[in-house]
Amino acid sequence: MQDCYIYDAVRTPRGRGRPDGALHEVPPLDLAAHVLRALRDRNNLDTSLVDDVVMGCVMPVGEQGSNVGRIAALNADYAETAAGVQINRYCASGLEAVNMAAAQIMARQSEVAIGGGVESMSRVPMGADAGGWFTDPEVAFKTYYTPQGIGADLIATKWGFSRTDVDAYAVQSQQRAARAWEEGRFARSIVPVLDELGQVLLDQDEHMRPQTTMQDLAALKPAFAAMGDAMGYDAVAIQRYPEVETINHVHHGGNSSGIVDGSAAVLLGSKEAGIRMGLKPRARIRAFTSIGSEPSIMLTGPEKVTRKVLARAGMTTADIDLFELNEAFASVVLLFQQLLDIDPEILNVNGGAIAMGHPLGATGAMILGTALDELERADLNTALVTLCVGAGMGTATIIERV
Amino acid sequence: MQNLTFEVNADGVAIITFDMPGRSMNVLNEASIAEYGEAVERVLAEVNIKGAVVTSAKPTFIAGADLDWVLALADADLPPNQRAINVYETVMRLQKIFRRTENGGKPFVAAINGLALGGGLELCLACTRRIVADDPRIQLGLPEAKVGLLPGGGGTQRFTRIMGPLQALPLLIEGRAVSPEEALKLKIVDEIVPSGELVSRAVHWILCSSPEDWIKPWDRKGYKVPGDDPRTLEGSFAFAAANALQRKKTYGNFPNLDAIQKAVYDGMMVPIDTALRIETRLFASLMTSDVAKNMVRTQFVNLQKANKQERRPADIPARKVAKLGVIGAGMMGAAIAHVAAKARIPVVVVEKDAESAGKVIQHIRTVNPKGAEALLPLIKPATDYAALAGADLVIEAVFEDSAIKADVIRNVEAACPAAIIASNTSSIPISNLARAASRPERFIGIHFFSPVERMQLVEIIKGKETGNEALALAIDFVRQLRKTSIVVNDGRFFYTSRVFATYTTEGCLMVQEGIAPALIENAGRMAGMPVAPLALCDEISLDLIYRINQQDAKDLGRAFPGSPAETLIERMVANEGRLGRKSGKGFYEYPVDGRKRLWRGLAAIAPLKAEQPDVETVKQRLLTIQALEAARCLEEGIVATPADADVGAYLGWGFAPWTGGPLSYIDMVGAKAFVERCQDFTARFGERFHPTPKLVEMAGTGGRFYPSAAKPQKAA
Repeated sequence: MQDCYIYDAVRTPRGRGRPDGALHEVPPLDLAAHVLRALRDRNNLDTSLVDDVVMGCVMPVGEQGSNVGRIAALNADYAETAAGVQINRYCASGLEAVNMAAAQIMARQSEVAIGGGVESMSRVPMGADAGGWFTDPEVAFKTYYTPQGIGADLIATKWGFSRTDVDAYAVQSQQRAARAWEEGRFARSIVPVLDELGQVLLDQDEHMRPQTTMQDLAALKPAFAAMGDAMGYDAVAIQRYPEVETINHVHHGGNSSGIVDGSAAVLLGSKEAGIRMGLKPRARIRAFTSIGSEPSIMLTGPEKVTRKVLARAGMTTADIDLFELNEAFASVVLLFQQLLDIDPEILNVNGGAIAMGHPLGATGAMILGTALDELERADLNTALVTLCVGAGMGTATIIERV
Repeated sequence: MQNLTFEVNADGVAIITFDMPGRSMNVLNEASIAEYGEAVERVLAEVNIKGAVVTSAKPTFIAGADLDWVLALADADLPPNQRAINVYETVMRLQKIFRRTENGGKPFVAAINGLALGGGLELCLACTRRIVADDPRIQLGLPEAKVGLLPGGGGTQRFTRIMGPLQALPLLIEGRAVSPEEALKLKIVDEIVPSGELVSRAVHWILCSSPEDWIKPWDRKGYKVPGDDPRTLEGSFAFAAANALQRKKTYGNFPNLDAIQKAVYDGMMVPIDTALRIETRLFASLMTSDVAKNMVRTQFVNLQKANKQERRPADIPARKVAKLGVIGAGMMGAAIAHVAAKARIPVVVVEKDAESAGKVIQHIRTVNPKGAEALLPLIKPATDYAALAGADLVIEAVFEDSAIKADVIRNVEAACPAAIIASNTSSIPISNLARAASRPERFIGIHFFSPVERMQLVEIIKGKETGNEALALAIDFVRQLRKTSIVVNDGRFFYTSRVFATYTTEGCLMVQEGIAPALIENAGRMAGMPVAPLALCDEISLDLIYRINQQDAKDLGRAFPGSPAETLIERMVANEGRLGRKSGKGFYEYPVDGRKRLWRGLAAIAPLKAEQPDVETVKQRLLTIQALEAARCLEEGIVATPADADVGAYLGWGFAPWTGGPLSYIDMVGAKAFVERCQDFTARFGERFHPTPKLVEMAGTGGRFYPSAAKPQKAA
């Protein structure tokens, strides 16, 4: 076994996940290649040293099919010796990719590896891959399949988070993200996307609405009420949780993660590899893991995976300086905060996906970079990065600065 | 050939005519299928035969598979795993015969002269072409879902390929039959023709068609099933929603409905021959499952028996009620008058004053605005008992008070001494009320359920002295109304009210134990009951329950409140003023706009306990207490047979249809396991769960209420 170090982390700004989004015109393979090139160019990386490129992508069909990991590496003019693979652990894919790359290094299967992700939600929409989980009646019945929005509202119902609670959290996300951008807290990681003429297509997260107020959010209709009622999903969820009389639908576009386009990549290697690359390590991967939990409510994984990863690292929440939990839905974060008694001042300090968006396969790698940047900026030591995941899973990684 | 005739006409077209001897309708059974198979092969083999028309000599086409035969397959004397395979192989033989008419190389035209259901319609679906007579009363459908089965003769697969999976699913799951016109729209049939021309048009088509016309779309290269494809983004959402809605409606209690969904989904992805095997495997699994057998037995076999009413005294000639009298124009009286009028029976409704009597008109106008005018000429509100003269039957539906009823009975007897007199009481023993009659043998209980217009069941209660004539007339009357009767013997609350009261009472007891109301209500629905227990209390009205409880205590000379359930009801009505749905508040709040919601204040009356039970236990309590009470009723002779108990439960209060009824439920759980559960529940929850001596005996001997599959008379 050997330690795995993070040498660099980059991400594109996040474009709106619609045809009018700034990155809509960038094919996914270009978007993925973009961050791979950035890692190479910023670090003068000899890509023949890269053993594997692990890329998360949750809708690996159509333009995102055919193993974006390998093909993006070729597209980025990496040495042909850099293998590549696409992985899918739903929303945690970007972090899972980093974890898998780290595992390769720690097990001495690789010396240098890249973990990252790409998702062009405007070109390959959520659901494009279909899947038997919810279409096959036998599987749907067995797993009490309900869409994630219903799970988020069920969490709010069971733990008593009101519409006001979730909206207040959303406003905070917007404010913190705005502050972070204003103060240049993301400057080290962001690589603006340019067209071939060198013009800027996007240099900032364009989903943000910094001026959002409680009043603005109060005007929005719950997004999952109709689906819960007319399509029967509320009834399915209640059959799984029969102590609930009715689901209180509190989530909407303003307090759920934004649909966006983006990509990210993290450069990982052993100590010796770092010397060979001529790079200083920024942090060490301390521990990582994934768990499964009840798939119908779906989004309660983060607390459980956090407990597991802390135990594996021989740590407690008190040892963690910063928490980064993907803001899939506001109730997910509020629940995590409550169950682990986390100080809100050290959780998602620079905002999250509610303000900036959640490009499914890339987010995990993006928020790892965000946590790393913030540790350096605030001169702190340890961060725990985690995400809730489809079908009840959870993934977490602990990093510590070196 | 005994079940069909085979003739080749001058043009070389075979006419295959189903005409089974000794039956009013054709069915598919071992013999008729074998003969059909022979006929099909003959058509295909003989060079001079160009094709075949398939029709029926009876007024109906084919009513479906003979359930007798199908059930016998399911109970064949084989090891369990082989039983299912036996069913599979038998049905696959049928599938193959049907497939031969579809792709054997010659055209088969189904000339559908009448009703074609289940296997009868599936035979037609496999034919090259289907033409149907232009009689709007003809029913075409696949009703297997209604009896716990699925269409195993290609119906799921051919419906899917004809109209698309998500269009086929509702028809398959509801088991709904359609008219020729709708069948044409849905492409279940190809053409509607005048019934006189049915066969000639079929022959004509055969003679004018070419081999190109005989190939089904799904036997062509590049065929794609129409409609939603679950492998696409939009299709996947539609399928996911269909799955969720299925779960919402059926709670996973009906394996056959889940199997239909699975048959459609799995079958559409593969070529039809593979799909037919998938369908048949699912059918075979169902046939050997308890739920299917329970549902077939109760909802089909025993329901038919109940409709034939074998309890009717054979020596009394059939009679029709030509004039009915109803005393009392309250909710029940008015509704009884209404359904009688709908059956074209003239009714006299007697009340104490004209305004009260007029309530019957109001009621009919309110619930039946469109049909009211046609019915009103048959209704005569009256204030004088003399108006009853000449009535064959008089039903009293006045206030639930023995003294008032006794008075009414005497008045009725005076006004029409020849009439049979009945009471609609739900609780007072008929023998007690009969004391007011000078001729108690002419007195009987006829107990309707609310809402009378919708409830199929009528409970006929024999008092100790009720005679055969009264019994026969009561049965005949219920048949005139096109409802189903069960005959029960006398006892407080008779059968139906007595047993289902244990359901609502258990709900109240659980509230008092501190079990979360939401958990109780969800458990009730998840157990398969049509209405949750506390919601049902609200429907019945809490003050009515309160009055019944008080009256019961008075009648039996016992303490009141006599249980935490009675305490709860008293508290709700007397202290909180919550009377149920009619007052806008009961266990639920009933806002004018919006859905009902459990009353938040209930937790103050009945604080929640910290540790909540799992939902399975709550479900079991609700079903077990009802099943126990039904078993007690059987042992006390209130109901005569398990079939009566189960049919009465199914029709009377919708007892979890998937179980086949409370006594079927005990068979399904197994007497031994059921008794063990009763003993466990007695220790944990109270004496009311004490198993009966008979049940304990059955547990020891491995006894069952239904020793083997009953022999049905008709087809599915």
